[in-house]
Amino acid sequence: MSEHSPYLLEARSLTRSFGRNVALSGLDLRLAPGHIVGLLGPNGSGKTTLMKLACGLIKPTAGEILIDGEKPGPESRSKVAYLPDTSYLNDNMRVSDIVEMYADFYADFDREAAFSLIRDLKVDEKARLSTLSKGTREKVQLVLVMSRRAKLYLLDEPIGGVDPAAREYIINTIIGNYHPESTVLISTHLIYDVEPVLDHVLFLKEGRIVMEGGVDELREQSGKSLDALFREVFRC
Amino acid sequence: MSWQFDSERPIYTQLVEELALRMVTGCYGPGSRLPSVRELAAEARVNPNTMQRAMAELEGRGLLRTERTSGRFVTDDLELLENEKRRLARVHVDNFLSRMAELGFTTEQALELAADKGVDNQ
Repeated sequence: MSEHSPYLLEARSLTRSFGRNVALSGLDLRLAPGHIVGLLGPNGSGKTTLMKLACGLIKPTAGEILIDGEKPGPESRSKVAYLPDTSYLNDNMRVSDIVEMYADFYADFDREAAFSLIRDLKVDEKARLSTLSKGTREKVQLVLVMSRRAKLYLLDEPIGGVDPAAREYIINTIIGNYHPESTVLISTHLIYDVEPVLDHVLFLKEGRIVMEGGVDELREQSGKSLDALFREVFRC
Repeated sequence: MSWQFDSERPIYTQLVEELALRMVTGCYGPGSRLPSVRELAAEARVNPNTMQRAMAELEGRGLLRTERTSGRFVTDDLELLENEKRRLARVHVDNFLSRMAELGFTTEQALELAADKGVDNQ
């Protein structure tokens, strides 16, 4: 047993470089359970790097990151459900086979919930992945992630490739899945669509957090929407 | 009634307004049980924490009460609901009068115009 940490994710001076390129630079961050957090920033600001570090796919160059009080590893992986921004599934498999595989593999996977989401999204469960459109594949991947009962969900651009109607459904799924003991971290540049469901945001710029806070507090202070605030902070 | 938000104002404030409106208009009747925070959040497509906060504010004002096991109920104190309705009405009246002042009407002139409109409609 590890010492109990009140934070699901805690980063201290977290730094990661790729060669001479510094993707994250001395990041300090604490995420408590029970929140839906937006990770907002332009391309190349370090969003994906942070997610990969959190699920242990890459290691920090300096500083540290803890998941529920522990370094990312086999133990933490059972607590983290990660949706990468790329396709990682075997194209020859059928949707239903993939769901069954996940149900076998992850102890916290809710098979019934997954099939019900698949049906709601009108995805043909007998279809092979290779025959599905890019957006439909993204839906399948998201269903697989959201059907786990994890503590920390890391969603890297979950709605980028899907149509507005499905986007709405996905956002509803994220709200419906809300649990006071888990936290969802969503990276996106489609701020307008996710704005109402976030309660906390992090603005990332060149590997650093340039603004952080409660969404309603930021709206109140600035009198602006997050979308407008984003455009202001990241004006080119 | 639908849930629509102005993204430049705190959603929390707008939820308080909309929920209060639904209570004073009887959409959620006096003494009736409200859907759960999770259901309402899903319906309005907002963060459950924000919905929770709005409910707490309404509880503070006495418009809602929580019963430990059975959920949240609209108050059955009709006077309280009537007062809230008047408070909401006053906000509209103040907005109306300040718009009319921008157009150069005094309060008396504005009310006269409003009364005329009432007559025209009959």
